[in-house]
This record gives sequence, C-alpha cells and structure tokens, in this order.
Amino acid sequence: MTTELTDLTIAEALDGLAIGAFSGHELAQAHIAAMEAARPLNALITETAERALVAADASDTRRRVGVVGVMEGIPIAIKDLFATEGVLTTAGSHILDGFVPPYESTVTANLWRAGAVILGKANLDEFAMGSSNETSYYGAVENPWRRRGDNRSMVPGGSSGGSTAAVAARIAMGAIGTDTGGSIRQPASFCGVVGLKPTYGRCSRWGIAAFASSLDQAGPVTRTVRDGALMLRAMAGHDPRDSTSVDTPVPDYAAALTGDIKGLRIGVPEEYRLDGMPEAIEQLWRHGVEWLEAAGAHAVPVSLPHTRYALPAYYIVAPAEASSNLARYDGVRYGLRVEGRTIQEMYDNTRAAGFGPEVRRRLMIGTYVLSAGYYDAYYIKAQKVRTLIARDFAAVFETVDAILTPTSPSAAFGFGEKSDDPIAMYLNDVFTVPASLAGLPGISIPAGLADDGLPLGLQLLGKPFDEATVLKVADVLETAAGFTARPEPWWVDVDA
Amino acid sequence: MSLDKATVAHVAELCRIKVPEAELEPMAAQLNNILGWVEQLNELDTEAVPPMTRVVEVGMPMRDDVVSDGACAEKVLANAPASAQVFFAVPKVIE
Repeated sequence: MTTELTDLTIAEALDGLAIGAFSGHELAQAHIAAMEAARPLNALITETAERALVAADASDTRRRVGVVGVMEGIPIAIKDLFATEGVLTTAGSHILDGFVPPYESTVTANLWRAGAVILGKANLDEFAMGSSNETSYYGAVENPWRRRGDNRSMVPGGSSGGSTAAVAARIAMGAIGTDTGGSIRQPASFCGVVGLKPTYGRCSRWGIAAFASSLDQAGPVTRTVRDGALMLRAMAGHDPRDSTSVDTPVPDYAAALTGDIKGLRIGVPEEYRLDGMPEAIEQLWRHGVEWLEAAGAHAVPVSLPHTRYALPAYYIVAPAEASSNLARYDGVRYGLRVEGRTIQEMYDNTRAAGFGPEVRRRLMIGTYVLSAGYYDAYYIKAQKVRTLIARDFAAVFETVDAILTPTSPSAAFGFGEKSDDPIAMYLNDVFTVPASLAGLPGISIPAGLADDGLPLGLQLLGKPFDEATVLKVADVLETAAGFTARPEPWWVDVDA
Repeated sequence: MSLDKATVAHVAELCRIKVPEAELEPMAAQLNNILGWVEQLNELDTEAVPPMTRVVEVGMPMRDDVVSDGACAEKVLANAPASAQVFFAVPKVIE
C-alpha cells in the first residue's frame, strides 16, 4: 500500500518533493481534497484552494530552477488571527465582518518566503479567548478524536483548535497558532499533535490581531517534533515592526535534534501534581520521566512555589491588555458597524453586537481592573505576582535544562461541559499559563492515550530562547512515547 | 470588593459596550465570581516585589524618526463601513 500524501510528515514531504516523487501541485491537491472532505470538522473559516494551487505551481517552478526554501511546497493552515493580504481575516469574531487586510503578517510573510503554501484560515476561539473553541462566531471546531466506542463530539481545545484539528485530521501538514496562556499547547494536547510556543520575542507579533501583547506569541502546530523545528525556523526572526521581537540569530533547530540528552537535567515540579487529576495523566507524566532517564537524562524534583497564583494573575493581566487592544474595534475603520444616534451610541451598539459573551466578559474585567482606584489593587498586584512566577522559573533553570509537566489536567471534553463556568474553563490552562507569564518556550507532544482513547500531551518548558534544547528533549520523548495512534476519519462519510 | 449594578453600568460605559438594564445583575454576578477568585492573590505579600514591566531582557530599540509608510488612503479606507472622500465617516460629533 502506498502512503497517502496527506500522511507524510513535513520532513518526509520535503524529501519526496526533492527527489521528484510528487510535485507541490499534487501535494496541494491531496490536501485540498482532505480539507473539503473534512468540512464537518469546521476547522477552517476560509478555504483558499485556488490560492493554494497558484502557490504550489509557483513553488514547483522555483524548485525547477533550484530555489528551494525550508518549507518549499508544504501546505499549511493559518490561524485566522494572522492578517493575510487579500484573504478574509476574522479573529473568529463578528466584529471583524468582511475584513480583508491590505497587508500580510510578518510570520505568514516569512512562511510564504520559505515556500509554504496556504490552504486556508483556521477557526479559533473569538480573539483567541477560550480553551475549547466554543466562543468562535463561526461555530465550534470539532475534535477529530472521539472517545472509544462513543460518537459524541469533543472539543478540540483552544484557542488554536482549528489549527490543531486541521493537523490531526491530515487536512494540513502543519499550521500556525498563537499562544497567550496555552492556546497552542492545550489544543495540541487535546488533538494529539505537537504544539510549540516559542519564547516571547522569538516570532514577530506584527499583523496578529492583538489579544494580550505581553503574552501573545506565534508558534507551529505539526505532527512531529522535527516538523515543528523546521517550521519554527521559517517563522522566527527579528522584525523592526515589532519592538519586542528579539534580534538574535535563528538557529537551525532541526540540527539540534541529535537524540543525545545524556547528562541533561530535567526538572519535575511538585506543584503540577493536582488533586483530582486523572490517574492516566499522573502515570503518563511518570512514564515521561522514566523515558528521559532511560535516555541518560537526570530527573530532578524542583519547586515552583507560586504556580497556583499564575492563573488568577493571568486573568487580570490578559483581560487588562485585551481591554486596551480591543478598543480599536469601534465600527469606524473596519468590520461591523451598528448605527446609533450619536457616535458613543454607535460604539456601544457595535461592540455589544460584535463581541461574544466571553470577550465582553473579559473586556469588562479588564476595563474594571485598569479603572481609577483599582489599578494598583489588581493590575499592579498581578504584575508583581508575575515577577514572582518568573523568579521561580529563573531559580529552577539555574540547576535544570528543561522542565517536564503534563500539558493539561484533562483530556478533551464534550461541548457544553464547561462553557457555563468560566473558571472551570480557565483551569484548562493551569499548566500552560505559568510559562506564558514568564515568557518561556514550551512544547506539548502527544505521549499517550487516556483510558477512553483520547490523546494526552506532555509539556516541556525551557530557558528563554533555548527552543533548541526544548526541541531536542521533545524529540527524545517523542521517540520513546512512540505515539502512533490517530483519529478514525469518521467525518469522511458524513455526507456520503 | 464586590461590584454592584451601578458599577457594572459604569464599567460598561467605559468599555463602550451596551449592556441592557436586565443584564446588569447577571453580569455583576459573573464578574464578581471572577474577581472573587482572583483575590487569592492577596495571600501573597508583594510589598517588596517590583511589578514585571518587560518579559524578556532587551533594551528599547530606537529607529530614525522618518516616515516609513503611508500615502495609501485608498487601502486604509477599503475596509471602512462608511467613508467620504479620503475620510472615515461617523455620526455627527460636533453640533
């Protein structure tokens, strides 16, 4: 049996393209067919099949004359938070109705320059605010995975749930997401794929609809660690248009995947052991430690004492920054406008109609914690706690090279199970938010299955700008875990 | 601290989001639930802790103060819900 083109990893596809086993056009066409067949998943808000074929043909032409970028001919999906010139960009929100950016985000421009081919714009929680994809104005994404022997729909996680579902369902070879408090890593864990959040400043934020500017970071979603390394190299780099993007060289991350982690010290933080966490997650975490020790690393118990304060600090800082960033959506320059008798009424009506309940709730919280008299009690307090959390990590990273934790305290859950209780939903990100607050790189890799057959992820965290070590350890973990499970493609027959 | 209906109405106004009268009470309950939860931060003594002001240790980059973009009014206005000549159009602001 020949391997389907959609089953290849990015690394394998690059090899196949290089030897002429298939063309970029054929590769794009195979993924367009998979994308169309997978419409029941609702993973994409906008499909760009025509653009994909034009880009694939241009890639084939470049390849013929020997111009080959690091992502040459690879079809990918783009979270619909990145501005794409001439392609509808919605942020999953009603308020950006009909917005067609006249410019391209830096990260997507970097990917196109590296030869990547756009398949479409991936669905997401509205303005990346959510952990289940249920807040998208365009309807929730369905997780390609279901519980064993159970045909109920599961959430894909969020906010980059369309990106992770697209990669898990073999619609796209890779996708880009954004991670503010776990929005790449948690859905990667729920969908059984690899999700990498680089260090804050590694990728440019220019052209990404801003949610929380001190936390937002773009990163790749792939099916293997190696593919994540390849994609990050194409995405990362200094950008004068983002003053927080860092001017340090982008290493060849794939070259770091030597398989040799002998002598590396891996921190295992006791504070990530939660009461009531499923035994399967505890067990997977123990296995992860054993796998790394078997490869020659040393597991070291460490303490990150302020861990439990990360989530409440995040839910002050992120809404505060969001309330400022989302002030721009006022019905004047782009998107939805709902008329009013006065300009103030027009703003109030537009924003009430344009934002969904979770975004409205966060904007209200953010406005309140920044308002006169409360700024010190809430916002400054949270930023001080953030310093404590960053210090916890800095102290631990004096003695370890990476930290191993579960990615999320649960596997994917069903629709509506948590959407009535914001705090229960926020707890999804309890293991991912601390590193976000500290700006550190983190990766989630699929490492096992829960008792009901849903994927579970393990998270590795690293030192600032040391994505290379994170990827190197993740690669060893991936090999040891030997995760080969994949979702049954139930969606293919839905319309048949 | 607990938000009452009047404070929620004030915050909604600051936030430029119309919240109908009937939704003020439920919104207050939701916001109080979240604010009550974040108040656990007060368990920490942060008197001597500086607030985080930057995520990574880099200096503020400087560039020459020159025009680097512009003269593209048509592009800028292309997505406007309403425009006139080279301007965004809004309800009358000055009587």
